[in-house]
Amino acid sequence: MNVKYRNYNGVLFVMLDGELDEHTAKQTSKTLDDIFATTISKQIIIDLSELKFMDSTGIGVLIGRYKKMKDKGVSIFISNPSYHAEKIFKLTGLYDIMPKIS
Amino acid sequence: MKEVNKMELKFRALSQNESFARASVAGFCMSLNPTMDELTDIKTAVSEAVTNCIVHAYPTSQKGDIIITTTIYDGKVKIEIRDFGIGIKDIEQAKKPFFTTAKSNDRSGMGFTVMESFMDSLTVKNLDKGIVVTLTKSINSCEENLLQLG
Repeated sequence: MNVKYRNYNGVLFVMLDGELDEHTAKQTSKTLDDIFATTISKQIIIDLSELKFMDSTGIGVLIGRYKKMKDKGVSIFISNPSYHAEKIFKLTGLYDIMPKIS
Repeated sequence: MKEVNKMELKFRALSQNESFARASVAGFCMSLNPTMDELTDIKTAVSEAVTNCIVHAYPTSQKGDIIITTTIYDGKVKIEIRDFGIGIKDIEQAKKPFFTTAKSNDRSGMGFTVMESFMDSLTVKNLDKGIVVTLTKSINSCEENLLQLG
């Protein structure tokens, strides 16, 4: 998984490029935690336009990050999910805690 | 229902085999002429089942085998994912949304729910050793869809 990020006007943009499954989950979580820990922002936008595959392990990764950032008062938003990622988000109710933005 | 084609895949329950497993099953289903959406449904369901084997069936570093048998019928696919692990104590509970025995915060407990919603049917059975998850899905061939549109 390739993770790119950019801090712009206090908003952290993170782009996930690759496949998010059992094999890549641990490293992706760690990379995101490292980026979140070193960047000061109150809002994080996770861009999924380059995410090629995701199963419910990906939901676990996102919920784990949400729990960590919630205590710090940071909100996380989802941007550009694929049709299929969106199906999993709606099924799991992820948008209730990480709203989709366009 | 008449069997048209069948394949069996055996591999070690290691996470690096997950993308290979879902891509192989999806590739084998291509003869049914599925839509991209149907294909991604299959890939996702297989990925969920394989993750369960890696994480739950073989919880220690000693990983056993997974056997995936894919059978193609007329307009339908059946996928059986079998492991030789520790089995499931309470299958009905395991199938409930958000239920997980994993201690990590990063487990959604949605694997069976995803399999159930992306496929037409899901059955889970404990065996003498391990479990078998059976998934089926009808494929509405692209060609037929086009003919109907035409």
